[in-house]
Amino acid sequence: MTTQTVETSKKIKAPLISERNKKLLAEPLNESNPITVQILGICSALAVTVQMKPSIVMALSVMVVTAFSNMVISAIRNTIPDRIRIIVQLVIVAALVILVDQMLKAFVYDVSKQLSVFVGLIITNCIVMGRLEAFAMGNKPVPSFIDGIGNGLGYGLILVVVSAIRELFGSGKLMGYKVIPDTFYEMGYQNNGLAILPPMALIIVGVIIWIQRSRNPKLIDQGK
Amino acid sequence: MDHVNIFVKAIFVENMIFAYFLGMCSYLAISKTVKNAVGLGIAVIFVLGVSVPVCYLLEKYMLKPGALAWLSDEFADTDLSFLSFIMFIAIIAAIVQLVEMIVEKFAPALYGALGIFLPLIAVNCAILGGALFMQEREYSTLSEATVFGLGSGVGWCLAIVALAAIREKIRYSNIPAPLRGLGITFIITGLLGIAFMSFMGIQL
Repeated sequence: MTTQTVETSKKIKAPLISERNKKLLAEPLNESNPITVQILGICSALAVTVQMKPSIVMALSVMVVTAFSNMVISAIRNTIPDRIRIIVQLVIVAALVILVDQMLKAFVYDVSKQLSVFVGLIITNCIVMGRLEAFAMGNKPVPSFIDGIGNGLGYGLILVVVSAIRELFGSGKLMGYKVIPDTFYEMGYQNNGLAILPPMALIIVGVIIWIQRSRNPKLIDQGK
Repeated sequence: MDHVNIFVKAIFVENMIFAYFLGMCSYLAISKTVKNAVGLGIAVIFVLGVSVPVCYLLEKYMLKPGALAWLSDEFADTDLSFLSFIMFIAIIAAIVQLVEMIVEKFAPALYGALGIFLPLIAVNCAILGGALFMQEREYSTLSEATVFGLGSGVGWCLAIVALAAIREKIRYSNIPAPLRGLGITFIITGLLGIAFMSFMGIQL
């Protein structure tokens, strides 16, 4: 379901691809990645990454919610009173999250059980709120929608990488299929139980940040 | 005894930060000095301690399947549970606003110290996470839900103060440049999480 909506939306805006829109889509993948550079939405990113399947579902849900909430807020941005904008944003995001949650419950029930409270927590996911504040409040609906898709993709990229590492080393599988052959186990190879435990997600993200910043020195913290 | 068990479990075994990564954004952003960390930690304890029991009452008397039966028999099988996200977030935003007003009136010094963090608690995942875990685990009484809320808050506060103290010290060490700031903070949090895992399986 979710993939379909994304694909059709891409087709619609195909003639709209300009330099600016392309930049909006590509920048969050590396230079302004929501997780490793903007430090947004880390909470859910780490908790759902034990296996690849739930993290892909999670990434798609976040992308849909970010893109559509960006579009809606940007469409009504001139009518929102400044003082109560957080509440207005929360209500719109919450309504979208309820839609996504009901959809997941209907089509992929087991994954939705696995994600437990984290679907609900998309509401307070800092990516959604952060992009609403930083981008959608000052831009037109179409660029806002693309910005939402881009940030969702950047978030999904980190999620997929972290979950692939954790699933491969933690249980020797990818997407639920066995990857490491039995002969390895007979030779004495063992799954690394630490990779399944929560702290390992933090350490992997730390290492990803390390690699990214040493390749791109512009991003290094100058503070201390 | 049951209450002590829930309290200790919420602080150590099911710590909001180390077991579920809830409230990570403000956890990483505000943990640069111990003073700010303590202020934010106390505010989170307070908001969790108030909002979890309120959400419990909301869940019990409005949202659960058949919860509206006290109103009239017509509603005996109404199921409003799909509304829980929007109700919880509204309640939390309202409580945070209320807490902000109370603190401003009665403790202006604390209000000045907390500054921008207080309104930001509304979008802290730990608060909504506390409410949703309370719903998922089905605590049976109001006091259990309250104790769970307070315990999670204390656990969150402990975690942020510990990280802030370490980050204050680590300024004097020589870390590889690309790892400075965010990177090393992630790895420290991971190591702290491993330390906290030694509490797993504690039964009181």
